Amino acid sequence: MGHIVLEKVKKKFGDVTVIPPLDLEVEDGEFVVFVGPSGCGKSTLLRLIAGLEDVSSGVIRINGQDATSVPPAKRGLAMVFQSYALYPHMTVRKNISFPLRMAKMDKAEQERRVEQAAAVLNLTDYLDRRPGQLSGGQRQRVAIGRAIVREPAAFLFDEPLSNLDAALRVGMRLEISGLHKRLETTMIYVTHDQVEAMTMADKIVVLHDGKIEQVGSPLELYRAPCNLFVAGFIGSPKMNFIDGEKAEEFNAHTIGIRSEHLVPSPTEGLWKGQVGLSEHLGSDTFLHVHMEKHAEPITVRSGGEVDIHHGDTIYLTPDKGHIYRFDDHGLRVD
Amino acid sequence: MVRTATIQRKIIITAIAWTIGLLIFFPVLWTILTSFKSEAQAIADPPVFLFFDWTLENYSIVQERSDYLRYLWNSVIIAGVSTLLGILVAVPAAWSMAFTPSKRTKDILLWMLSTKMLPAVGVLYPIYLIFIQLNLLDTLIGLIVVLMMINLPIIVWMLYTYFREIPKEILEAARMDGASLQKEILHVLTPMAVPGIASTILLNFILAWNEAFWTLNLTAAKAGPLTAFIASYSSPEGLFYAKLSAASTMAIAPILILGWFSQKQLVRGLTFGAVK
Amino acid sequence: MATLDSRTISRMMMAPAVFLLLVWMLVPLTMTFYFSFKKFLPLRGGDLGWVGFENYIRFVTSSSFWPSVQATLAIVGGVLLITVFFAILLALLLDQPMWGQGIVRILVIAPFFVMPTVSALVWKNMFMDPVNGLFAHLWKFFGLAPFEWLSQASLLSVTMIVSWQWLPFATLILLTAIQSLDREQLEAAEIDGASTLARFYHIILPHLGQAITIVILIQTIFLLSIFAEIFVTTQGSFGTKTLTYLIFQRVLESQNVGLGSAGGVYAIILANIVAIFLMRIVGKNLDK
Repeated sequence: MGHIVLEKVKKKFGDVTVIPPLDLEVEDGEFVVFVGPSGCGKSTLLRLIAGLEDVSSGVIRINGQDATSVPPAKRGLAMVFQSYALYPHMTVRKNISFPLRMAKMDKAEQERRVEQAAAVLNLTDYLDRRPGQLSGGQRQRVAIGRAIVREPAAFLFDEPLSNLDAALRVGMRLEISGLHKRLETTMIYVTHDQVEAMTMADKIVVLHDGKIEQVGSPLELYRAPCNLFVAGFIGSPKMNFIDGEKAEEFNAHTIGIRSEHLVPSPTEGLWKGQVGLSEHLGSDTFLHVHMEKHAEPITVRSGGEVDIHHGDTIYLTPDKGHIYRFDDHGLRVD
Repeated sequence: MVRTATIQRKIIITAIAWTIGLLIFFPVLWTILTSFKSEAQAIADPPVFLFFDWTLENYSIVQERSDYLRYLWNSVIIAGVSTLLGILVAVPAAWSMAFTPSKRTKDILLWMLSTKMLPAVGVLYPIYLIFIQLNLLDTLIGLIVVLMMINLPIIVWMLYTYFREIPKEILEAARMDGASLQKEILHVLTPMAVPGIASTILLNFILAWNEAFWTLNLTAAKAGPLTAFIASYSSPEGLFYAKLSAASTMAIAPILILGWFSQKQLVRGLTFGAVK
Repeated sequence: MATLDSRTISRMMMAPAVFLLLVWMLVPLTMTFYFSFKKFLPLRGGDLGWVGFENYIRFVTSSSFWPSVQATLAIVGGVLLITVFFAILLALLLDQPMWGQGIVRILVIAPFFVMPTVSALVWKNMFMDPVNGLFAHLWKFFGLAPFEWLSQASLLSVTMIVSWQWLPFATLILLTAIQSLDREQLEAAEIDGASTLARFYHIILPHLGQAITIVILIQTIFLLSIFAEIFVTTQGSFGTKTLTYLIFQRVLESQNVGLGSAGGVYAIILANIVAIFLMRIVGKNLDK
């Protein structure tokens, strides 16, 4: 069971409010990702849930109980830190069993749980090593192992993959997702990487300046962002934004259109521009098209092997059904 | 071609460095050598370096005549106890400043540093007077307290810089894992801090051992440590070079050995973390 | 981190150290200030009443004041010049690849661990003695008349002894600083065509700047209060009476506590001027 509710939770550091009153509900068994640019308050929010920071006001409920002033260890939550925070002077076995020893659990049960966690995480051969002798990915697994053995109500991950290299990161992403499927335990995961959020989450919480911008499933956020910030943050490549005359034609202050919803043509179309850089990814090509009176180039997705060169004139036609319109406050209008 | 040049260079540099190193070390070496000579050989003209009749008699004479062991014991007690007391007071302070810093932490640290800058001679008489009033003159306890106080800022600072290197996340992890404050300190902090604490003890033991203002001014025959023991040789007795050398060797040998272990910590401790 | 109770506990843990140092600082300082305004001769009548700033004036107008300032400046300045200059050279040398680097390092550092009374006595008797000292033998070997180091060149002699003690400290700090220099910077400079000398001047020396400043400040504070070296060698005669030694004599030898305390206040002010600069650097470093 891991049902977490935040009611009007607010956090101030001195005179600075980092999280204005905020409400959020995390369902039991859900994989929730907090995503946002650095400094948006996502880590602080996680630490409030963990109990590593006091809330300035508001209530945190875990499984219906008021946990606002319950110390971290008593909340039944486990946390995986960005730096892994392994105890350097303990072996892997001691690291993983540490929370069990602190809870004075029966020795045999400790042993059983450590062995089981090690088997799940492919750490059996490394149990007697120290963290210093492990690779980054292995350390990450030990940190997860230390969280698993407690059989917590929920797992909290604070940017756990940001210290790994790109290839390992993809692998660990799959492992954590797999773990979630198997354990069916609530997981709250903090990241600044929208790709991680899109690929792992059941529910994404987009944060900006301490405020929740939007909550929803990955595809909901992709298809129906409620404002400019979410539209620009979710999705890769970034959504193209156009304002001025061209936007007014659509009765909007700003219009947004994703690269896959623009049809390029060498001969005819709605907007005229010139091809700048093109990124050839094999399956796709992303063209950067420069248009008059428009500083930012427009990114357009095109087929893998197109015959378009730097400097060519090109015409773009947006797919009318996929144009997002925003008002002058940046809110989307339908 | 390039390789021979590098090796030639290395040979030259090795030769220069060893020459200079030995030159700087020479007074120590000469003292140690002289301590094994007879008095006649010690002042022989021209001086003899290695080819003399090695003898240990100076050591036994020094012990007999001036009770070296009692001074040694005083040094060990004064340096050891003052350092340990300092650690006892400083560990909690450094712990709290490193892990729960507040706006005032920096000011407190700098203020502690400033007390270390206070010239001893400026407070010589007050301390002297207090010692007379409390009957502390020429007692071990008195010196222990004074040396603990003058080294306390350095101890706090060194521990602070070591503790600050322990990632906060690890302590938070321990807290999440259900460790109480006592267990957090016992199982997580202490094992990680032991190397730093050991270095701090080592360096401050050395500093206390060599302290030569208060130990000279506040002791006489009873509680005098080795600094005072050696100073007593500045009388004409010092002209007996071999005995002076034996006494000196005995006074510095323990610290030379300890000192070699603490080179790295020396920099950190004496620059207050400004050079690492 | 910071939950409320961990804050409270942390304040309590700091209290003993702060309290002890506060007492250690305030009580003697207040007493020194108090005595400095009194005519106080413990062996000749004791407390003879308030005299205002008389002690301060008498201290600086006495015939031994200026010589003592000069002696202090000569020793501190001389030692700083010698140690910093040679420490830079030594640090550069020790940073080069060589055989037995660890042993050379130990040889160079050793003098720092020799207690001040020992080094003063050894230098005084076994090296600088005009009859049996090694220098005397060396002079004779070259056919020169033996030199009375501690009386004919007393300031130079004391400066030499103290420099020998402090050279390791300066070397060790500068060596540590050099070793923290990013090697790629030097390689980049080499590729950019900088000669060895240019690399030293434009890259190594600026990198050492802060370490050199720290060496100068810390040594100054310690050197201003050197005591044992003078106590053991010349007892302040032959122009080696430093400010510290003068105050010591006023307080403990002639037992003129009022006068000595006024001198003590001067010494405290002097040390604080240096300390302010040091604390600025250290403080800046804390913020990193």
